[in-house]
This record gives sequence, C-alpha cells and structure tokens, in this order.
Amino acid sequence: MQLPPDPETERKRIQRGRNRALGLILVGLVVLFYLITIAKMR
Amino acid sequence: MTTAAAPATHPLPADWRDFFALTKPRVMSLVIFTALCGMLAAPVRVDPILGFVAILCIAIGAGGSAALNQWWEADLDAKMKRTANRPIPAGRMDRTAARDFGVALSAGSVLVMGVAVGWLCAAILAFSIFYYAVIYTVWLKPRTPQNIVIGGGAGAFPPMIGWIAATGEITLMPVLLFAIIFFWTPPHFWALALFVETDYAAAGVPMMPVVAGHHSTRRQILIYAVLLLPLTLLPFWLGLAGWLYGVSALVLSGLFLLLALRVAVFRGNVADMDMRPEKRLFGYSVLYLFVLFAALVADRFLIG
Repeated sequence: MQLPPDPETERKRIQRGRNRALGLILVGLVVLFYLITIAKMR
Repeated sequence: MTTAAAPATHPLPADWRDFFALTKPRVMSLVIFTALCGMLAAPVRVDPILGFVAILCIAIGAGGSAALNQWWEADLDAKMKRTANRPIPAGRMDRTAARDFGVALSAGSVLVMGVAVGWLCAAILAFSIFYYAVIYTVWLKPRTPQNIVIGGGAGAFPPMIGWIAATGEITLMPVLLFAIIFFWTPPHFWALALFVETDYAAAGVPMMPVVAGHHSTRRQILIYAVLLLPLTLLPFWLGLAGWLYGVSALVLSGLFLLLALRVAVFRGNVADMDMRPEKRLFGYSVLYLFVLFAALVADRFLIG
C-alpha cells in the first residue's frame, strides 16, 4: 500500500513547480519583447 | 519569504497545472485556430513575429477571461457534475488567486497586443474579455435564456481580431467571420444543454431547455442552422472567398442543417431517448467550425 505524501514535501514540490513555471514565463517575456523590438525595427 | 514556517494544517498552494486548467485549454485551442484562420485568410502578408504575438495575445486574453469566468462562477461550477472538478470548486485553488491570475493575463495580453500589433486590436481584445467576463458571465448567464445568443459574441471575436491584426482595419469580411461564429454558437451550446439539462437546472442556470423547454429549444436550433447556411455562403457570393470555400461551406452547412433537423423533429418522451441526435449535432458542430475555417484558409492559399 502506498502512503499519502508528506504535506510539507508536497508543498515544496508544488512550490518548485510554480517557481519553474514562473521562471519560464519571465524568460518567455524577455524573448518575446526582444522579438517584438526586432520586428518593429525592420 | 520561506514556506518552511507554514503550519502543517494550511491548505496546499495551487499547482501550476491548476492555473493552466483555469485558462480552459480546450476552448483556447478553438480560439487559437479561428484567430489564426482569420489572420491567414486576410489578403495581406503578416510579419511572422507580430502574427505570432497577436495569436499569443488573443489566446492569453481568452485564458484570462476564462479564469475570471471560473472565479465568478465557482459556486455554480460546484453544483454541476461537468464542472465540479475545476480547480476552485474542487478546493485546489483559492478564489483570490484565480481572480488575480485572470486580471494579470487579461491586462498583460491587452498591453502586449497594443504595443506590438496596434491599439485597435488591443481595444477589441479588451472589449472581448469584458464581453465574456462581465456581459456574459456576470450579467446575462444567470438572468436570461438568451445568454448563449448574446454571449456567443465573445467567442466570435478571435477571427475578427486575427484579420484586423493582419490588415489593420475593420472591413466586411472580419464582420462576416464574427457573424458566422455568432450564429453557430446557439445551436452548438443548446445541443449540449439538451443532454446536460439536469446539470444546468440543478445549478439554476436559465439555459434555454430549462426555461423554454425542449420543443422550443429544438425549434430554435433549427432556425439558427437555417440562418447559418446563407450566412456562411455570403463570403463566396460577395466575391470575398473562392469556390473551394463556397463548396465547403455549402456541404458543411447543409450537413449541419440536416443534423439540426433531426434534433428539431424529435417528438418523443425525453426520458426514453439516448440523446444521440443532440450529441451528434454537438460533436459535429465543433468539427464544422474547424473545417469551415480551414477551408477559408485553404481557399486563400490554393485558389487565391
């Protein structure tokens, strides 16, 4: 039988996932604004 | 700030997947597709980067309005089997987080659209978000069985914005694209409402079958299907699209009308039927929109 995950471990796992997603969004925004600038300068 | 000090009894924070679910990804895929078709069908070449940004903003705007919709309707969603497992009613996310997420996505998408593509597109995108989140969700849906008819406008904006993002102006064709989705929405949603009627009734949503009954809903499905046929043919008749689109629209809308007719002629006892014609019309209506818009793009590229 599988034991339910420890709440603290679960909290850290979720927080890590959210941090990664937020990091990806921020990097995506930087790339997006870079590309918009390039496109506007053409 | 560290989370280590948080008490063990405090509920877990929402997972990123819950935030993603809040944007209604399946609806978003249809939004992206119709917006892309609107853009590609336009008679001008779009800068690929700005075209991508425009589609991204339309998709994120749709996601933001979906999040705001779920924030507002959390109590309603909890009462319906189809929506009870959404992040807020299922207890995986608190309402404030959903509201803030929705506002951030909506505002962000409008700002980026304005800066990158143009403020006319940004204004229409902002209005479409307001239309869905406020006019439809807050005002119409809980008050009138015509909610779907007027609310259908919200889903009709993406191809219009896609076209305007490419051309920079509002002409007849984007208005026709808007009208096609506007008239497609009632039969699409009412077919669904006919076979999930008990869910809507339990939640107290005045959907057409709940308020006006099955007979009236079926008749109105047929009326909209009849109107949809000449409407989808208008771009061809007016010379705005070629024969490939014209033939596709005739065949697709003819079949739509046939399936709507099968739904409309039913006169038996609702409790005894398996709702197969309604489910078939609902399933076909999704395919219909995909193929119709794909035909419009194919016509533009193959026929010119």
